[in-house]
Amino acid sequence: MIARAKSKWPYLVATPLLVFLILIPFDWFLGQYTSLMIFIGIHTMVTVGLCLLLGYTGQVSLGQAAFYGTGAYISAILSKTYGVDPWLAMAIAATATGAFAYVIGYPIFRLKGNYLAMATLGLGIIMYILFNQLGQFTGGPDGMSGIPYLSVGGFAFDTAFKRYFLVWFFCLAVLLVSQNIVRSRAGRALRAIHGSEAAAESIGVNVDQFKVKILVLSAVYASLAGSLFAHHMTHVSPSSFDFIASVKVVVMAVIGGLASVWGAIFGAASTRILSDELLLTFGEWDIVAYGAILMLVMIFLPQGLFVGLKNLFQQLRLRYQRRGAEA
Amino acid sequence: MSADQFVQYLVTGLYQGSIYALVALGFTIIYAVTKIINFAQGEFVMLGGMISFILLDSVGIPMYCSIPLSILISTAIGAFLYTLAIRPARRASVVSLIIITIGAAIFIRGIVGELWGVDNERPPYFTGQESIAFLGAYIHPQALWIIGTTILVTIMLYLFFSHTMVGKALKACAISPVAAGLVGINARTMALIAFALAAAVGAIGGVVTAPLTFTSYQAGLMLGLKGFVAASIGGFKSQVAAVIGGFTLGIVENLAVGVDWGPFTSSYKDAIGIIVLLLILLIRSGRLAAEESIS
Repeated sequence: MIARAKSKWPYLVATPLLVFLILIPFDWFLGQYTSLMIFIGIHTMVTVGLCLLLGYTGQVSLGQAAFYGTGAYISAILSKTYGVDPWLAMAIAATATGAFAYVIGYPIFRLKGNYLAMATLGLGIIMYILFNQLGQFTGGPDGMSGIPYLSVGGFAFDTAFKRYFLVWFFCLAVLLVSQNIVRSRAGRALRAIHGSEAAAESIGVNVDQFKVKILVLSAVYASLAGSLFAHHMTHVSPSSFDFIASVKVVVMAVIGGLASVWGAIFGAASTRILSDELLLTFGEWDIVAYGAILMLVMIFLPQGLFVGLKNLFQQLRLRYQRRGAEA
Repeated sequence: MSADQFVQYLVTGLYQGSIYALVALGFTIIYAVTKIINFAQGEFVMLGGMISFILLDSVGIPMYCSIPLSILISTAIGAFLYTLAIRPARRASVVSLIIITIGAAIFIRGIVGELWGVDNERPPYFTGQESIAFLGAYIHPQALWIIGTTILVTIMLYLFFSHTMVGKALKACAISPVAAGLVGINARTMALIAFALAAAVGAIGGVVTAPLTFTSYQAGLMLGLKGFVAASIGGFKSQVAAVIGGFTLGIVENLAVGVDWGPFTSSYKDAIGIIVLLLILLIRSGRLAAEESIS
């Protein structure tokens, strides 16, 4: 929104961050966190999709885990049960999930606000029931294991170290694509829809089509993340894709600052660190923490934690500069 | 499906639908006054059941005390929910309020799971467990308690809204908040009362159904969803429609399961409720969108 494209800031921040990201999985650096970082990457991909949908377009989805799970299960079933190449399985999963989102998109976006939220929540639960009940395909509540790793030629991604780079390659690609969308004509259209659908329509934005397109995009992101999850864990079970999984994505988006692409990393990272490192031994306390975060952030910083803090920081800096100019 | 089975499914549907009706009533009470859909509504049902179980089982209070006490505690939690989470965010958008009430739902659920465990719990029946024969079907005495309580609560609510000052003030707020404010009705107090009342209705439902249907820390989600289905049948406007919606949903679910063919088995019962929801929402979507844009 603010014209800062020419600024050197992004490079000054991005270069050390990238070096840091590349160094993390080495044992002499932060190797013990490789697995955590893989999950952060996977969840960032799901979260970016929701940020585009919720933060930029203003459309609620409480069922992103449905797309995430569909991607994971299609990949798992095709590659394990039918011996399809994992890459092809991943591509088929993304296409199928995207097509599914397209088909449900038009009817579901006839709903708004509360009704849309409840419909997507219901959809998530239906998929969760299907993952559990279609036992002959999905292995039922126990799930399925022995899913093959992804591999290129003879090079298999069979260690966490290798998969770290694979996942973050996809994650950064998704982030860059999303950033381009947000900064393009389409991104402005999305923000227009968020502001006022009637106004957006009046200046020639095809509101329904844009909403569906973003839903499809977020579904494809979630599906890719699900496939990476399946080929990383080599095991999938329905419990990873329940209602709480969908709420977790909302928590990540809310922490990340809803309308912020790069905030998604921040949201995914803080949520995963909170639940995997800090609250691991505390049973249900992690959902208590999620609930508290959702309420507190939405009450005090409704634009999301990351963006909210960034705005606060900018206000402080402006005030400081103004004082400097007066002196 | 024989005639006897049909009656059996009907009866089962009626008492299961009762709880959906009570949740739906909670939704309509809050929505009418505040235009907020409280996604934590199902949690009050869970709280009612769980607290009455804990008071009986762990604290050792007799049932005639534990039941009113658990309803009272849940009501207080409903009032706290409004005061601590909804009121501070008064000017929040619909999306923010959805996220806040979802946050409240998993917050309550997590605390209950942490404090009292994650197992299914079953408080004792109110009276006996000898099923009563009725037109070839069998009714559990607790099912009669459930259906009776639902009807009683519905009548009491009707009397409350039409014959008491507070009830009329709530109704006025629902019809026109501005006009209600002009005649000196405090909208915030009314919203607080609405949340407390909805929590109480939910908790009553939880207390009477828990002995028959079991309860656990995660029961609130599906109950909330089913209650939403029932309330959406009446468009969140009419309480009578919400109650009828609840009974209808319970009966439809059970008859569908009774068909026992393809996807119509008990393992897909919850999915049937959701599909009913999606159908209702899509059929009514034009009208719902119009209502949303007015409010």
